[in-house]
Amino acid sequence: MSSTQPLPHGLKSDQLFVNLGPQHPSTHGVLRVGLTIEGEIVVKAVPDVGYLHRGTEKLAELRGYPQCVVISDRWDYLSAMNNNLMFCLAAEKLLKVEVPERAQHLRVVMCELNRIASHLLFFGTYGIDLGAFTAFLHAFREREMVLDLFEMSCGARLTYNYIRLGGVMKDVDAAWLAKCREFIEFFKPRLKEYDDLLSFNPIFLDRTKGVGRISAKQAVAWALSGPNLRGSGVSYDARKFEPYCGYEKYDFEVPVGKDGDCWDRYYCRVLEMHQSVRIIEAALGMMAEGPVMGKGVAKVPKPPPGEAYAHVEGARGDLGCHLVADGNASPYRMHIRAPSFINLAILQEMLVGERMSDVIAILGSIDIVLGEVDR
Amino acid sequence: MGVILDKLPGVCGVLPGGAGVLARTDDMINWARKSSLWPMTFGLACCAIEMMGAYAARFDFDRMGVIPRPSPRQADLIIIAGTVVKKMADPIIQVYKQMPEPRFVISYGSCSNCGGPYYDSYSVVKGVDKIIPVDIYVAGCPPRPEALQFGLLQLQKKIERMSIARGAGATLPQEKGARDSAVKP
Ligand code: SF4
Repeated sequence: MSSTQPLPHGLKSDQLFVNLGPQHPSTHGVLRVGLTIEGEIVVKAVPDVGYLHRGTEKLAELRGYPQCVVISDRWDYLSAMNNNLMFCLAAEKLLKVEVPERAQHLRVVMCELNRIASHLLFFGTYGIDLGAFTAFLHAFREREMVLDLFEMSCGARLTYNYIRLGGVMKDVDAAWLAKCREFIEFFKPRLKEYDDLLSFNPIFLDRTKGVGRISAKQAVAWALSGPNLRGSGVSYDARKFEPYCGYEKYDFEVPVGKDGDCWDRYYCRVLEMHQSVRIIEAALGMMAEGPVMGKGVAKVPKPPPGEAYAHVEGARGDLGCHLVADGNASPYRMHIRAPSFINLAILQEMLVGERMSDVIAILGSIDIVLGEVDR
Repeated sequence: MGVILDKLPGVCGVLPGGAGVLARTDDMINWARKSSLWPMTFGLACCAIEMMGAYAARFDFDRMGVIPRPSPRQADLIIIAGTVVKKMADPIIQVYKQMPEPRFVISYGSCSNCGGPYYDSYSVVKGVDKIIPVDIYVAGCPPRPEALQFGLLQLQKKIERMSIARGAGATLPQEKGARDSAVKP
């Protein structure tokens, strides 16, 4: 079957098959959803993934460990630092290297900055999906500032390769720290502005409140994670539940929603930005001088045979990496627990019974990144 | 009128009495074409994020007449931003064919140029030029928005040299990827 043909389905005469994607501005990439509608109501939804399947899990078997960090950037390209970190944590478990204190703090700062950048992009594009274009321009103004910080530290705007096995690529200088503090000061009042602009906008509330409800039970049954799970009121965050990189040292809260509707999921992300700001401030305060690269990481690391699993709280959920080493320079097997892919699965249940016009609002609120769904 | 005379110096001549303008048809059409390049919003992978950045506040492509359109029917430029995988090849060709002519293609990023970091992957098309003709290649992984800006300016230069007599906008040479036959050397 050619990929542009409709999905197999049995249509009744009064039902209509609507093809959403793979080229659709609101699917945030190349997702295809086959919708069967009856009047205005969706009766069946079949997500069709794989339009961005790049075979990275297989490619990892051909690349050395440091090179895998490079491909890890491209899974969830909106929060590449978290991806780097996840892979490095798993590989460091295999290599048994100690990461110096300063590198830990830097990792946390970078990951939280990246979370902010990622949520800002969600904030902007979710506004566009629902017809509010201004929010996008505001969000991108701040996002560019975060990207400038990344550019100062590692030279890249999107695919950083900054967090390396054993530490980070390069220390930051005083100018960077000053600019980071400046950004935080600039950013804090903006969070209030976002609330005024979009969060409590009556039209936005109408489009998102009570739409696409996920109950806590459902969320757990479908193994959701990240803001999608917390929006339903389940307080699970890998940073609290199983702290890594010294997250236990920072004081932050895990925002949770109440109803599990689109607005709750959206607002969880906005509140998470507040918490990220808190963590960054604390980490900047705790940072002391020291090395940023652990000792004993070879140029071509060959970890002893074994297995390791590490997970981090990515911007989209619980991001995990299972590595199997066989003593060679490249992994024997690498498996990614991709939160976007798992979060996406609930669409088939959630979209049923919703109105056609709410489909985009629900799709947007799940906040998937297709690079991570298809890998 | 003033705007036209400013933008096309040496091309327009004001007729005596100021009642009209004389210009070469090619120049007029090319000028209009190059100043309102409407790209389709078509993001495939990571590069698409940088493309979005390009449309947003800091880089502001609107000022070059570049306004993203969500439908291929309204677009005359498609920016292939991201990895083209085999499953996506079919829809890309279909979308490309749905665009009205003359249509232009910018390949944005190493992946769509040549496969990029996935040069040895089993599921990636190593270069979008294997399936549709490409006008401008922008290199990088991802290229900066400024690079896209430069690519657009290069495309505008290319459009300036198009000529109707050589079949600018004709179907057949374009389908074969011989777009350059419509461009004066
Ligand atoms: S060129 Fe690089 S940034 Fe662009 S889509 Fe390919 S991997 Fe992603």
